[in-house]
Amino acid sequence: MNSQSAVMVYEPQAVQAVSREEGLPGDFAIWIFIFAEMLAFGVLFVAYAFTRAGNVELFNASQQTLSQTAGAINTLVLITSSYFVVRGVAAIKRGLSEQCAWWLSGAVLLGGVFVAIKLVEFHAKFAAGISLSTNAFYMFYLALTFFHFMHVLMGMIILGCVIAKARRGGYSARDHVGVETGASFWHMVDLLWIILFPLVYVIR
Amino acid sequence: MQYKSQAVAKPYFIAAIGLFVGQILFGLIMGLQYVIGDFLFPAIPFNVARMVHTNLLIVWLLFGFMGASYFLVPEESETELYSPKLAMITFWVFLVAGALTVLGYLLVPYATLAKFTGNDLLATMGREFLEQPLITKVGIVIVALSFLFNIAMTVLKGRKTAISLVLLLGLLGLAVFFLFSFYNPANLVKDKFYWWWVVHLWVEGVWELILGAILAFVLIKVTGVDREVIEKWLYVIITMTLITGIIGTGHHYYWIGAPEYWQWWGSIFSALEPIPFFMMTVFAFNMVNRRRREHPNKVATLWALGTGVMAFLGAGLWGFLHTLAPINFYTHGTQLTAAHGHMAFYGAYVAVVLTMISYAMPILRGRAANSPKAQVVEMWAFWLMSVSMVFITLFLTGAGIVQIWLQRVSDTPMGFMAVQDQVAIFYWMREGTGVVFLIGLIVYLCSFFVKSESKVAA
Repeated sequence: MNSQSAVMVYEPQAVQAVSREEGLPGDFAIWIFIFAEMLAFGVLFVAYAFTRAGNVELFNASQQTLSQTAGAINTLVLITSSYFVVRGVAAIKRGLSEQCAWWLSGAVLLGGVFVAIKLVEFHAKFAAGISLSTNAFYMFYLALTFFHFMHVLMGMIILGCVIAKARRGGYSARDHVGVETGASFWHMVDLLWIILFPLVYVIR
Repeated sequence: MQYKSQAVAKPYFIAAIGLFVGQILFGLIMGLQYVIGDFLFPAIPFNVARMVHTNLLIVWLLFGFMGASYFLVPEESETELYSPKLAMITFWVFLVAGALTVLGYLLVPYATLAKFTGNDLLATMGREFLEQPLITKVGIVIVALSFLFNIAMTVLKGRKTAISLVLLLGLLGLAVFFLFSFYNPANLVKDKFYWWWVVHLWVEGVWELILGAILAFVLIKVTGVDREVIEKWLYVIITMTLITGIIGTGHHYYWIGAPEYWQWWGSIFSALEPIPFFMMTVFAFNMVNRRRREHPNKVATLWALGTGVMAFLGAGLWGFLHTLAPINFYTHGTQLTAAHGHMAFYGAYVAVVLTMISYAMPILRGRAANSPKAQVVEMWAFWLMSVSMVFITLFLTGAGIVQIWLQRVSDTPMGFMAVQDQVAIFYWMREGTGVVFLIGLIVYLCSFFVKSESKVAA
């Protein structure tokens, strides 16, 4: 928890560059979460890979029923949202709270698009009578994407809190650990999808 | 003592320790019955001894949690307790109901007890850990509600801190999940499924919030580390606990008829359950190393660190040993489970209640800390109980491994009772270390009566 001491850099040129030169951006606590989340998803990905190795044909056949287009659009949506978040962090580093809030709002909006597309996908699967007990592939597909879906919602809530505080002028060029914390979580959500999409939707 | 009403914690702590002694005595009785089957038969059959052993544990821990809450909440909220009178009424109701229930177990055949207490109106009895008669269960709900009301009103009228809110959430969960003890469907799969909502979601869910809050409170007091730092850790730990613990319920659903996907979810999420326990240990040591004051109560700090280590070993490591479905296929319901259960309950819950008692009791008796001499005696008690618990766990693990091998893995599997004869040596050693545990407990009791001239002023 060295965040406080590192933020206290006082030279104007240092402020101009970056408020923190070393260490992880954002609050240290969020990195514990990120580590734990990556571990949990990592284990799920490995479990998926091993199970698939034993049931290649079943997995390939079931995979055909997924909409790669929807998945690909969602990948672009999330990557774009991450870019918006990057712009938001860059804005607050220059002390532009209003701009930061706008960029982050854009990211939340794209998060909403992701959620909407995913809901359509889920609906299609449930309408086809597919459930967690249908087969091993659908169990992993539904579990993985649902856990990820919940993380997107969580990320939207976190960014929402950051936006609200930014609009109140709660962050500055020197003190914006909260923005970096929210951004770190959002990038993790994005990163997980970037692994999840090829693994579950594409790789045969 | 900062607030007069904190004094109500004292009878709760005394009752908790008294019932703790009872729990250990019945533990020793049934430990002996493992090797001398008709010991004390027919006066105290094994199933009754077991019921008393486990029920007393739960009840004394609840007394401990309540006492801890009554001590902690006024100080955190910076206000007197909403109603000390209600707290005392609840105390006596709970104590009398608890005593009557245990007497009922001991004096009346269980079936007769069920008939007397209206089990035919709503059948809730006969299930492990939830053996209490219907009226006792209703009593527990009333006690829990009045306790929650008292604590919540105190929190609402005073300062709201992360610690008191986490504690309140834990206590609320405790009350809510107990309600599933009234749901007893005829379908055995459903019965077991929701039975775990009480048992698992208590000890691997909401109780951990109570544990985290109590530990954080004591650490703030004995280390003087900034509240913000400790509260942040508390949030991280309880979030991890809830995520892993709630879905981790699945590790009980492998073989009871629940859908197969629980084998994956249960395995993966419960495999992560040790992480929050590990974090708690790191957190406790970290805070003590960064302490800003030398609190005179050294033994409370020892208990706090012991809680972290023993909880990680007992709940985290010993839980992980057999939580993965392919392993659990062979190990479920063996002495390995008993090994885990013993060290987890001791490390997580016994230790945290004793941490709080160790910190609060001297203050309730009008001094900041006990005399160094009394503290040394209590430290002896800590080491005797903790080390003997480690050995109890190791011997039960030995028994468990042999049992799993002979009964489940072997090409020519032996029957349950035949295997029990084979592992008798482990049971004898466990009984021996159990006696050492009792000695530790007696030393602990003695530490309250050590007289010394050099009392530290409160």
